[in-house]
Formats: sequence, structure tokens, C-alpha cells
Amino acid sequence: MDLHFGDSKPSDEERAAVDALLGPPESSWEGADRSDADLRWARGGREARARRDLLLPGLHAVNDRIGWISEGALTYLCRRLTVPPAEAYGVATFYAMFSVKPRPATVLHVCTDLACMVAGAPELCEGVESRLGPGSGVSVERGPCLGLCERAPAALAVRAGDPVRTAVAAPATVERAVLAAGAPGSAAGEPPAARALPQAGDPSLVLLGRVGVVDPADLDDYRAHGGYTALRRAFALGPAGVVREVTDSGLVGRGGAAFPTGRKWQATASRPETPHYLVCNADESEPGTFKDRVVMEGDPYALVEAMTVAGYAIGAHRGYLYLRGEYPRALRRMEHAIGQARARGLLGDDVLGQGYAFDIEIRRGAGAYICGEETALFNSIEGYRGEPRSKPPFPVERGLFGGPTAENNVETLVNVLPVLTMGAQAYAAIGTPGSTGPKLYCVSGSVARPGVYELPFGAALGELLELAGVREGLRAVLLGGAAGGFVRPDELDVPLTFEGTREAGTTLGSGVVMAFDGTVPLPRLLLRIAAFFRDESCGQCVPCRVGTVRQEEALHRIAERTGAAAADDVALLRGVGRAMRDASICGLGQTAWNAVESAIDRLGAYE
Amino acid sequence: MTAIPLGTPRRLLEFTLDGEPVRAPEGSTVLDACRSAGKDVPTLCQGDTLTPKNACRVCVVEVEGARTLVAACSREAEEGMRVRTDTERARHSRRIVLELLASSVDLSTTPRVAEWIEEYGAEPDRFGPDAARVDEEPRIDNTLYVRDYGKCILCYKCVDACGGQWQNSFAISVSGRGFDARIAVEHDAPLTDSACVYCGNCIEVCPTGALSFRSEFDMREAGTWDESAQTATTTVCAYCGVGCNLTLHVQDNEIVKVTSPHDNPVTHGNLCIKGRFGYQHVQNRD
Repeated sequence: MDLHFGDSKPSDEERAAVDALLGPPESSWEGADRSDADLRWARGGREARARRDLLLPGLHAVNDRIGWISEGALTYLCRRLTVPPAEAYGVATFYAMFSVKPRPATVLHVCTDLACMVAGAPELCEGVESRLGPGSGVSVERGPCLGLCERAPAALAVRAGDPVRTAVAAPATVERAVLAAGAPGSAAGEPPAARALPQAGDPSLVLLGRVGVVDPADLDDYRAHGGYTALRRAFALGPAGVVREVTDSGLVGRGGAAFPTGRKWQATASRPETPHYLVCNADESEPGTFKDRVVMEGDPYALVEAMTVAGYAIGAHRGYLYLRGEYPRALRRMEHAIGQARARGLLGDDVLGQGYAFDIEIRRGAGAYICGEETALFNSIEGYRGEPRSKPPFPVERGLFGGPTAENNVETLVNVLPVLTMGAQAYAAIGTPGSTGPKLYCVSGSVARPGVYELPFGAALGELLELAGVREGLRAVLLGGAAGGFVRPDELDVPLTFEGTREAGTTLGSGVVMAFDGTVPLPRLLLRIAAFFRDESCGQCVPCRVGTVRQEEALHRIAERTGAAAADDVALLRGVGRAMRDASICGLGQTAWNAVESAIDRLGAYE
Repeated sequence: MTAIPLGTPRRLLEFTLDGEPVRAPEGSTVLDACRSAGKDVPTLCQGDTLTPKNACRVCVVEVEGARTLVAACSREAEEGMRVRTDTERARHSRRIVLELLASSVDLSTTPRVAEWIEEYGAEPDRFGPDAARVDEEPRIDNTLYVRDYGKCILCYKCVDACGGQWQNSFAISVSGRGFDARIAVEHDAPLTDSACVYCGNCIEVCPTGALSFRSEFDMREAGTWDESAQTATTTVCAYCGVGCNLTLHVQDNEIVKVTSPHDNPVTHGNLCIKGRFGYQHVQNRD
């Protein structure tokens, strides 16, 4: 491979940012000054290409330090990793948090998604934009859900530099958002994670019991509250025993697809190819979802332990934690927890002295909903565009770096701890026969106490809403987020189980419950959902790339219309929606029409 | 793909295609089986010399037990599979995909697409006059070829041909995301500033005419391009000893473009800059 790098040079600052990640270059082949040895010795090639997966961290390094990625910086990074510049450019332009054009060092991301929209995001955006006009040194970017729905409306300020500084304003007023953008280093801290738990202190909590009780920075405190008993039991059971226990517990994936976790682990564990990989999907980007953030911020060691158990069960020695780029506090807490666990022998070459080697590497996402799709996530980690792969082959056969891979989301993994500590039978006794265990819900919108709730599977939607204090004049509830569906206020007896929601013609999805009262104009919600999918489509396949655009156009046309005036466009939406669901490569395109369809059919949105 | 059918015999798989039992060698795709059975499944992004990308989704078929439709070009045939190629469901998706494509880009130089639009009853105009389109000016930044993204369906074939599958130049990639995704060289620069080596293998695989010879582009602009008046003569390239086959497309006694047979075991349709573009000396009659 004879790569052409062009002659753009990095600035000293850009070079330092890349070198801080990769170490100084060793020869002129990767950007150092030429030495005599370079005339006879080519460095790079296969060895450097094997580090392609450092492309995304490299782009982050430059973006964090400078605020954007120049030609010179990209070229230098490509030279260091032997990545073709055209491909790296394709990767850099794929992610919303990166810019390849100059922009101010401070970016203020203001959420305009559903919960924030209802809580006044449009006014917040206007206010912030008028205060922080051109020349203020702040770039204001309206964007998708920041995962702070319980404190809507929300804004996230990121100031490039060494180190990069972030500040969250939520609930945000114009004043607080401007303050956060003006001095991210000294802005007021966030409230503790437990503030997102209206049930905090309830002794019956299984998954959230430690959030707010333990110090998230203290490993000993975690151990004093039952931490690492699950891993000890796992070592006592052996890998096959753990898989059996998880299978018997009836645990299914909580990311939305509800695939049996035990079966996934068994399939990965039994593959002859090595190495095996564990991937934890912590890229929750579904508008309205924030439970994984709260768990990582409030009980980070639980995830470290659960990943270790999972890695042990499937025979992996390396786990990747793919964490949303918009979660700075969760990133800090997880980095700290992993470092502490490593220092104490709970990660590394000899976990708990049991002769099992396992370590966790964190990878930050960079603003792409699609990277929550499991195969797109592999591409993203590997340093390619976050486009989904076609299946088969399935990840358990050929996943990350081509190896057998088990991918689970945060909530699924955290469930493994009670499965092992209380035993499969006791765990399976919680919930219903078809949906076992406890379930986390993210409740937001028109409720008095938004937040993360934990209930055994089988509670009715109405019970959950009552806990959260639903307000008068409920008009609709969005279940499962933008990829989910709406239900009517007279359907609140639908049981929150996979089988119950399926029977009711809707979906539980990732556990999003967003309540909207009559003051929220439905067509505006639908427009926002359509805009979300149009923005987040990766563009690989035609039904999704063009279909999401046509869907948004039709919704704009009928925003003010009903009945016969809307009938043509509703028919068009149905036709396009059906093809998107049937012919798209991945779940994004396949579900992009769900919420709109349910609003038309169940809520009579345009009648 | 190869013209020399060597190799160990492959096991035959049995499955049903539109209710008829068929046999196909292990490893072949559903599309291969359809074509051997004489069924015409439309394809746009599928390339005979490339790994299927299954991005266009126009070849979708129904496989019993699958939740969604399946791209015939990339799904390997399996023993006992039940495939239906011409159901209402598959035809609906093909029709919509054709409508979505034809409403967003210019398909006027895409072979067979007009025929499929008619066959599937696609009406690209029904999205209204304000439907978003990729209306971009052709990029003419060198003397050999033209990139007209207003005709690009983002099939990724040029990316694959330029990258690891054939040329290993990696000069082009996809940039951006969603409807704004475009084929681009690094930093979206002119071709002359990129890693392009001008082999033209991307033109060879482009299914829509978004990439074309400058000669063809200029003649189309001038209204003098006339495929029916062209002859195609396959000969051996005279530049070096590799023995690549060239197909010279000649109109009015002038070579107007050069392609290479895809079933040639030496080139598989690929050439270098000399074979592809170095033909002017042949017709330099001074």
C-alpha cells in the first residue's frame, strides 16, 4: 500500500495532541524528522495498520485539544497510523461532535429532542443564540438528546484545550447555559446521580440499590456493599456454570431487541476462533434514555464487575466499553473505576488471583446514534465509519476485529450481578414467566418526578406513571423512544413486559416512557422524530437514506392539515414506511417509521 | 467471477425458489441462484467483480422465517431455504426504492433503470416538486474524468474498487452522513490533489454514469454521444508485457473510451492509467 498523504503540516499543538495518545513517532515514515536509519528501514506497514482502531481516539485527541480537525492534523494522524487520508476524512465527517472546518474552541450543545422540546428547548436555543452571537467565541449547536431528560432542558458545554473542559447545564436557563459556556472549568457541578432516582433509598431496589448509597469513587465502599460477590461466585461456578445460570435466569437483552443473554453468551463461548471479545454498549442515544448514564455515574464498579463476569463466561480477555461521547461525567467515573480495579488486581493479568486475565478499554463515541447498532459499533471501534454490517454473519461468529463477540448493553450486564448473587431461580421469580427480573424505565415529559425507575417486569404502565406523578390532561405516552410507539391514555393498563406490549401492538424498546399532555402539539413531536432519523441515518442504504428525508417532507406538508387534506401524504408515508421497515439494512431504518405510524393509527394524529 | 472455472467441486445445496426446487453450489448467493434459474432480479449496486455491498436494496427478496426482506446479492444460499422473489411485499419495496432513488438523483444514464421503473410502476414524481435532490454541478478538475454526484446512488463500488478490493490506492471514500453523504477524496479536494492514480477502475464499475470519461462527458454535453454508432473491439494492451485486454469503444473512427472485459482472468476489468487513458497516440495522425 503506497499511501499518498499530501503536504499539509500539523501545528505543534496538533502534533502534541496526537503524540500524547500514540507516543512520539520513531521514524520519518510516520512523521518524525528523517534520520539516516530511515533510508534503509521502512517503519509502519502491517504493524501500524494494526493500530487502525486508534483512529477514533486520535480524532478525539485533536478535537479535544483544538476544537476541530484540520487537514494537517488529519494528515499527521493518518501518517502515524498508516490510514488512507480519504478514509480518515470519511470517518471524521461521519460524527456530529467532530468538525473538519474551523470553529470556536467552545461548543455549546443544546438539546432539542423530545423531553427538552417540551420543557422549553426552542426558547432556550433562541435565548442562548441571541446572547452568544458571532464573536462570542462559542459555537451553539442544536442537537439530539443529551440523555439528561430528567433535568430537561439541557445543554452541554465543551471547551477544547489541554485538558478539555466540560460543563452541563440542566435544567438550563439561558443564564446558566451562557455561564457554563463562558467558564466550563468553574461552572457549578452536577447534582449527584441519585437525584435522578425518585425511588432512592427504597430497600427493594435490585439494580439501583447502590446508586446514591455507595461512593462511586471508592472501591472499598463498593465491596462493603456487596461488590465483587458475583465475580467470586462466577469463579466458583466456572465459565460454563455462569452461562448456565444466566440462561436459567431467563435474562434477555435490555437494549430493545430482547435476545436471550444466555444464548448469546453460549454461542460466543463455544466458537473455536480466538480471541473472543466482550463489548459493552454504553452508547445509549435513544431520545429519552438515560438509565445507563445514571448507573455508570452512580455505581460504576458494578459495570466493571459485570463486564468481568461476562468476559469470563464467554472466554474473552478484553472488553470494550463503548461510551457515549456526550457523557463526560460517566466517562470520568468509569475511567476512575477501571483504573482502581486494575490497581487492585480486579482487572489485569490475574483477576482476583484466579489466573484469569481480563481488562477493559474505554472507547468514546462521537455523536452518532447509529453506533448503538451492534455492528456499526464494531466498525466505529475499528476506526471505520459507523455503518452497520449486514447480518449474517452474526457478531457471535464474526464481530469485533472479526472475532466471536458478545455485545450487551449496560443494563443487561448489570442484571448479571443479581443473577449470580441471588441465583437463577430467585432471579427468575421476579417479574413474569416471559419477562424475568427487574427492569429500568426512563420516565420524562409531563410528569412531576421524572427519572429512572426500577420495577419488576409486569407492572402496568399506569402504575409506573402514577409513581412518577403524571400530570392532568395526559394526551399520549411514547414507549421505547423515537424508535418505539405511542399509546393512548386509555391504554395505561398495558403490562410492561415484552409479551404484554407486543400483544398490545407496541413495544417496550429500551424502556423509555415519555408522557405528553394536551399542551404538546403532536405534529411537532412527529416532525422532531422524523428530523432525528433523517439526521442520524448513516446513509448507507437507500430506503433509510432517502426514505427518512421523504418522511420528514411529508410530515412538514401535513403539519397543519387533517382528514382528506392529509390523506394523500398519509398514504405516501405508509408506503415509504413499509419499505423502510422491510428493506433497510439495520434497525435504524427499520424502526424510523414506528412512532409516526403509531401516532397516526393509535392517536389519530391527522384525523 | 473468473473465466477459468477451476477449483474443487462444491457441494450442491437444495432449496426452493418461488416454489420450485433448485440446486446451487455451496457459497453461491441467492442472486446467483436466481440468475441460473432465469429469474430477472433487478440490481444496481451489485458488481460482478466486487464483494456485494447490498446498499441499494433493489434486489430484495422474501426468505421464509426472516423478519425483514433480504438482499439477494449478498445472502448466501442455504440448504432448505425458501425464497420468493416476486411477492407483493418484495415488489413494493423495489418500487419504493426505485422511486426514492429516481426522485433524488439523475438516473438518465443508468442502464435498465427506465425499464424497471416501468415494470414496477414506480412514480418518482409523487414526492412533489420540492422533494430534496442531489443537484450538484459535475466536478471537472482534470482532463481524464468527470465526477457528477448528481447521478451518484452511493453504491460504494468505486470505493471498493479503489480500495482494498482492487487498486489499493484508497483515494476515495464516503464522507458525511445520511442524505448528505457523498463520495469524496480526502478533504473533499480536487482529484488532482488526492491520492488518485487515474486508473479509471472506478469508472469501470460505476453503475450510473456518475463517473465518466471526460471524452464521454464532453460528447454527451455536445449531443454527439451515440452508443448505437459505436463498435467495441477487444485487443491486447501494447504498453507492457502483462497482457491486459482492452476493449476500444470507437465512434466515427475515434476511440471514445476504453474498458476491459470483466471475465478476463488477468485484469478482471481493471487497467492502469496507460491502458485506460493512453490511447491518443493511436489516433494521432499528424
